[in-house]
Amino acid sequence: MDPTKELELKLKELKIQLELERQKHESARPIREKIAQMSSEVVDSNPYSRLMALKRMGIVDNYEKIRDFTVAIVGVGGVGSVTAEMLTRCGIGKLILFDYDTVELANMNRLFFQPHHKGLSKVEAAAKTLSSINPDVTLETNNYNITTLDNFHDFMSRISHGSLTSGPVDLVLSCVDNFEARMAINSACNELNLSWFESGVSENAVSGHIQFIVPGETACFACAPPLIVASSIDERTLKKDGVCAASLPTTMGIVAGFLVQNALKYLLEFGQVSYYLGYSALTDFFPTMRLRPNASCDDSFCQQRQAEARARPPKEQESVGDSKMEDKEVTHEDNEWGICLVDETDPRKLHADEDLGRGLVAGVKAAYTIPAPVVPDAESNEVDASGVSLDDLMAQMKAI
Amino acid sequence: MVDEATKKTLSSIPLLKTKAGPRDKDLWVQRLKEEYQALIQYVKNNKGADNDWFRLESNKEGTRWFGKCWYIHNLLKYEFDVEFDIPVTYPTTAPEIALPELDGKTAKMYRGGKICLTDHFKPLWARNVPKFGIAHAMALGLGPWLAVEIPDMIDKGVVSHKEKTEGDYAT
Repeated sequence: MDPTKELELKLKELKIQLELERQKHESARPIREKIAQMSSEVVDSNPYSRLMALKRMGIVDNYEKIRDFTVAIVGVGGVGSVTAEMLTRCGIGKLILFDYDTVELANMNRLFFQPHHKGLSKVEAAAKTLSSINPDVTLETNNYNITTLDNFHDFMSRISHGSLTSGPVDLVLSCVDNFEARMAINSACNELNLSWFESGVSENAVSGHIQFIVPGETACFACAPPLIVASSIDERTLKKDGVCAASLPTTMGIVAGFLVQNALKYLLEFGQVSYYLGYSALTDFFPTMRLRPNASCDDSFCQQRQAEARARPPKEQESVGDSKMEDKEVTHEDNEWGICLVDETDPRKLHADEDLGRGLVAGVKAAYTIPAPVVPDAESNEVDASGVSLDDLMAQMKAI
Repeated sequence: MVDEATKKTLSSIPLLKTKAGPRDKDLWVQRLKEEYQALIQYVKNNKGADNDWFRLESNKEGTRWFGKCWYIHNLLKYEFDVEFDIPVTYPTTAPEIALPELDGKTAKMYRGGKICLTDHFKPLWARNVPKFGIAHAMALGLGPWLAVEIPDMIDKGVVSHKEKTEGDYAT
């Protein structure tokens, strides 16, 4: 080949490489300017045209209202990061992100984060990517563990004053991976009277769920033991030697999709919001139900919200009966191919679950049961802390 | 679900009475006293049974705990720093006990060195709110974890013996 041509080719190749490198380092640089108002104009350059089409099609009445909403996302891992990306692409007004973890290469089996994020805090890495995807979204990051005392106070203050208008956020989305953080979100939302969605993926990666919690109106997270979707695996045969948790990008993506879909339905008031939606990956089984609050819930703020809910006149929707989909007979004018729907639900399964009697749908069960409290007998081994001071006890402990 | 030895250990730890967490001000002080009493009794029991295996202390507010735990394997003592925070939802949720120096050395750990507890721990804890305290979390959580994981880590060579500790506890 002509040496000049060869050099030209090499030059071209290097230019491309240089551009790629440059893009990598300037990923935070916005590619476009902020857009003041969502337009429904259908042109290639309008990032909102396909969303605003929802209005034209009559699915959503007022799509641009999405820019007024603030959503808090707690946990920016496999589910939370994808949730944040979806809401960002939908043009949400503001996202407040909470997480205390850093990105590791072990996270790369899930979506969103990339190997070059390694070592960055998850909230920081997420904010960087999200602002480049959609510079119109206001992003706030909080890099801490919400379950410790000081951080919890800050968490409460951010979700009650962090909206675009410095008021409470419109929705809290829990995308955390542990019981402690879920309970912390639950007590904060009960206390502040904020609606929230709980979400989760099982440690064996093959089931998940979302749950919509409206304080006082639905069961809160402390009203019952955590629910699990039956995975049709005998839990006793599940091998947990040498591992804590497995994860799949598929299950996490599906749960994030369910979560954001229902968050959008709630915020933009279209369709029907699922109060509980389970997912069993092995059988492609999706149970739904609504759970009533527990009158003797341990959380005093849940009880307070329940009393407030009882004092309110019942909502129209609720009088229809647990907001179940009404089975309307659909008749088609003609059915040339003789297509009909066959119920694939296994009737044996519907009766097999003994939890049905407690308001749980078949295929969902409580992770464990809590016995009724028993009055301790006089001989039980209990501490007696009367007449001792804390300082003395601390000193005594140190002196052992 | 829990072996006989652990059951016996558990039953000799006094039960707590006050259901209060760090947000509960005065009631929390009461709970904290109970925590210390149960812990002191537990450590005394351990010493009496020649099975002394940890020391803990807390900050003044009782929200942050730290100390040491140790495990004897083939007559050698392996010692580790222990730490944990009391979550705002305590005692409904148990403390997440962490051994930070072992972070990344075993798969049976969550980020920051928090130990991965068995499936039995959480149900048992939930059924015993508010009677179980920090002493129970140590006996039921960290104790069995060390007994399984430390020998395994020693075998794999990720944990090695350090000549830094005072005295030999292996008698």
